[in-house]
Amino acid sequence: MEIATLLLDGFFLAFEPLNLLLIIGGVVLGLFIGAMPGLGSVNGVAILLPMTYLVPPTSAVIFLGAIYYGAMYGGAISSIMLGIPGASTAVATTFDGRPMALKGEADKALVAAATASFVGGSISVVLFTLFAPPLADVALAFSAPEEFALMLLAFATFVGLGGDDIPKTFFSIFIGLVFSAVGLDIISGEPRLIFMDLPGFFHGINFLVLAIGIYGIGEMLWTIETTKGKVKISQAHITVQRILDTLISLKNGIKVMIMGSFLGYFVGILPAAGATPGALMAYGVAKGMSKDPESFGKGNTNGVLAPEAANNAASTGSMLPMLTLGIPGSPTTAILLGGMVIWGLDPGPMLFVEHKEFVWGLIASLYAANFFAVIINLAFIPAFLWVLRMPFTILAPIIFVLCIIGGYAPTQDMHDVWLMLVFGIVGYLMRKLDYPMAPAVLAIVLGPLAETSMRQSLLMSSGSFEIFFFRPISGSIMAIAITLLFMPLINSFNKTMRREISSWPL
Amino acid sequence: MRRAELIMATLMAAFSLYTMWKSAELEIGWIPSEGPGGGAFPFWLAVGMFICCMLIFIRQFRQADEPINSLKNYMDRQTFVLFALVAGSLTITIGLIDFVGVYVAIPLFMIFYLRVIGDHRWLLTGTIATATPLLLFFFFEIALKITLPKGVTEPMFYPLYSMFL
Amino acid sequence: MFITKLLKGFAIVSLATTIPFVASAEWTPKKPIDFVIMAGKGGGADKMARLMQSVITKNKMSPMPLTPINKSGGTGAEALVHLKQKTGDDHTIMVTLNSFYTTPMRQSKLGIDVMTFSPIGRMAEDTFLLWVKSDSGITNVDEFVAAVKATKDGEWLMGGTGSGSEDNILTDYLNETYGLKIKYIPYKGGGAVAKALAGGHIQSTVNNPSEQDGFYKAGKTRPLAAFTDKRLAMYPEAPTFKELGKDFSYFMQRSVVGAPGMSKEAAAYYQKLFADVYKTAEWQSYRTKKSLQGEFLTGDGLKSYWSNAINVHKGLLKK
Repeated sequence: MEIATLLLDGFFLAFEPLNLLLIIGGVVLGLFIGAMPGLGSVNGVAILLPMTYLVPPTSAVIFLGAIYYGAMYGGAISSIMLGIPGASTAVATTFDGRPMALKGEADKALVAAATASFVGGSISVVLFTLFAPPLADVALAFSAPEEFALMLLAFATFVGLGGDDIPKTFFSIFIGLVFSAVGLDIISGEPRLIFMDLPGFFHGINFLVLAIGIYGIGEMLWTIETTKGKVKISQAHITVQRILDTLISLKNGIKVMIMGSFLGYFVGILPAAGATPGALMAYGVAKGMSKDPESFGKGNTNGVLAPEAANNAASTGSMLPMLTLGIPGSPTTAILLGGMVIWGLDPGPMLFVEHKEFVWGLIASLYAANFFAVIINLAFIPAFLWVLRMPFTILAPIIFVLCIIGGYAPTQDMHDVWLMLVFGIVGYLMRKLDYPMAPAVLAIVLGPLAETSMRQSLLMSSGSFEIFFFRPISGSIMAIAITLLFMPLINSFNKTMRREISSWPL
Repeated sequence: MRRAELIMATLMAAFSLYTMWKSAELEIGWIPSEGPGGGAFPFWLAVGMFICCMLIFIRQFRQADEPINSLKNYMDRQTFVLFALVAGSLTITIGLIDFVGVYVAIPLFMIFYLRVIGDHRWLLTGTIATATPLLLFFFFEIALKITLPKGVTEPMFYPLYSMFL
Repeated sequence: MFITKLLKGFAIVSLATTIPFVASAEWTPKKPIDFVIMAGKGGGADKMARLMQSVITKNKMSPMPLTPINKSGGTGAEALVHLKQKTGDDHTIMVTLNSFYTTPMRQSKLGIDVMTFSPIGRMAEDTFLLWVKSDSGITNVDEFVAAVKATKDGEWLMGGTGSGSEDNILTDYLNETYGLKIKYIPYKGGGAVAKALAGGHIQSTVNNPSEQDGFYKAGKTRPLAAFTDKRLAMYPEAPTFKELGKDFSYFMQRSVVGAPGMSKEAAAYYQKLFADVYKTAEWQSYRTKKSLQGEFLTGDGLKSYWSNAINVHKGLLKK
């Protein structure tokens, strides 16, 4: 009961005029930052952190929460409209969001993304309110073996994603993992794979550089080729009626959204995981649940609903280890953590005791931000569609410029811009030969987490693999992951067997 | 198509060999009671890449229904010209950024693309080529405080900074 | 319109450069200052750098903003190479820690001599303590040594931030001095290390107070001894290793340096700026809360502090 009162107080705080203004301003700003390829919630929060010194801490965190949510929505916008994931959390949204936009259903995809995000945000706030303290202990029980098992599970849910060409799919996974190994080897402390001894490789290959290269430059080259450079991208129209129709049609996806929210929230509370694996797993599960898995990747609305519900739920979830343990679950929460230090708050187990009003103010404002983000987002959809209706020869150079700047902004290093161009051109040439690209992009996100946690576990166990199987949490996750990994094999075996049997003369 | 496949597989195989060689700078074996060494992960993945490339190569090589020197269906002449124009102009633009900065290189790229590839009128070309750097400056440098590379044009921005920052 | 602005700007600059300054006016930054952080986002160095940036912004201490860039690659190698490439640049400064000494030693092919970097200010020295879980029953260093010796070799785990880092040096020191065989597990950040201890996945850490304090206050972890010269006011129960008869103390510098070959005027400007930051109420209260030590050092004082620390680390790394 006490929690409910505190949360209510938090809501009153969020709706004070100054705070309300900050929420709306933050959401709009976040929306634009998130919609830029290369800039995501991390950049938004990091850049605006010093400005929050001008207002009291509670208002400051409300503002940052609003930017966070705004940027999460914005990420979906660039994923759907340009096919470039603005942040790793939005990768899964491109899989079906982009095909929908190409079919002329960009408005439908945008409405779906906004609705799912809202559902994900709402469910996760309720979960947070009810279960925050006990779940903190779950997060504490998670160690390296469990993290590795979780990464394996994320991979496993994605086995079916690649193309039909098995050597090419595996090649794509391997090259993504190799790229993820560039930079510093945390365990030995040595730099590795510094190609051609260029100092730019010391910081590793940023996920964004690969994603903007392949999905930005590569995709544009592809579109230029298929349209001979002259055609409009999309012919979507928007009317209030169409929005309403879409909203009504989304009731079929309600199960998927609820599934995505729960999955996203629980993966989000695990330290180090963050929203990306959550969104990917939600997509995989949605595909598995579907009666029509073939339509995924070709513009199925559920393929947008699941990851969008999950990544918003996960961002609330990742607040939990940050607040209770002082561990950032994602790069954005890492910056928020720094902000709390500046405001004189100590994140950690004592925060819930010593600064209750701050914690619940933050949760309430996240929820309020979520609410305003969906309204503002819906209001902006016509403007976004107008951009898509521009002639392609005007849109293309603007997107190229955004790619160049987006490749530069995260690390402020020209090395990354060159690398992005190489990825774009080579990626385009490979795509023409039907090399699937998505596995490489996923591998570069999950690779570092998987390798580090695996090697930490083996250090702990003195090189024995038993550590993954004889711990209750990691053992159960491993069991699920391995079953999923072998499922396609078993299925195809079954199919061949059945064919064999049915072809026997009776 | 077949020739492109063979060339790509060979190039990627070469890249995986280079990666193997680079990974071997660190321990690639198993360190007793510690697990795999620092180079093991990338080394064995690169081996995997190499095997995949070989499989692709062999599969294509055996396919006899297409002449080996055929690039047909991969890129026709018109596509190639368009591809070379776009990729080339991007390369030149990024190269120019190092010397003269984004505020010279990007308008030049816009003018080239809109005028030569897009065949738009000068008025439209000029408007967009002027508006883009202006928006970039105010959004990135002033609002977000991300400094973009300027090369030799750097000193020209000092008065702008003191005006807006 | 943009072109005219550019031309105007160019005109002003060329005018300004042709008129010789009569009085050598004080140097001020002309463009945003690159504030390189030699560590990743969310770590101790990053939090401190962003605090300094906020203090400067809030009190309007600089006419140009500081723009933080994290360059954590290669245990700081990326940041050091970046600064070296910026030789002679008056608008690049960096927040640094002890990898400032150790990374050039471990990766000699980078060809970095940190003594050529411009000293700006040592803002603090961070401290280290030896921590165990409260419910382990261990209350002092003797019991700790006995507990480690009671386990099989390599079964006692010590977590730390990265390999070859400060935490690793301290673990090596403990192994050497007490004849132990503690296994060191590298993690990505101090927060993850602190959490691993509280969760019971490792048995001990050598965290900074800022990383472990939350769990300490919640009663989950306990400090056994401090690697400092005097006991820390926040943990009066923990003796120093000096009290325990070992002549050893170890600190982490939190300093700001400028690119090599920075002009004298610019260096003087930044030295004054950070001396002022040091004096602010915000910085002082942060120092007290995080148990930071070390007075403000600048110029030659900071340089001789570095050369001393480099010798100490040469000795520690040889072992």
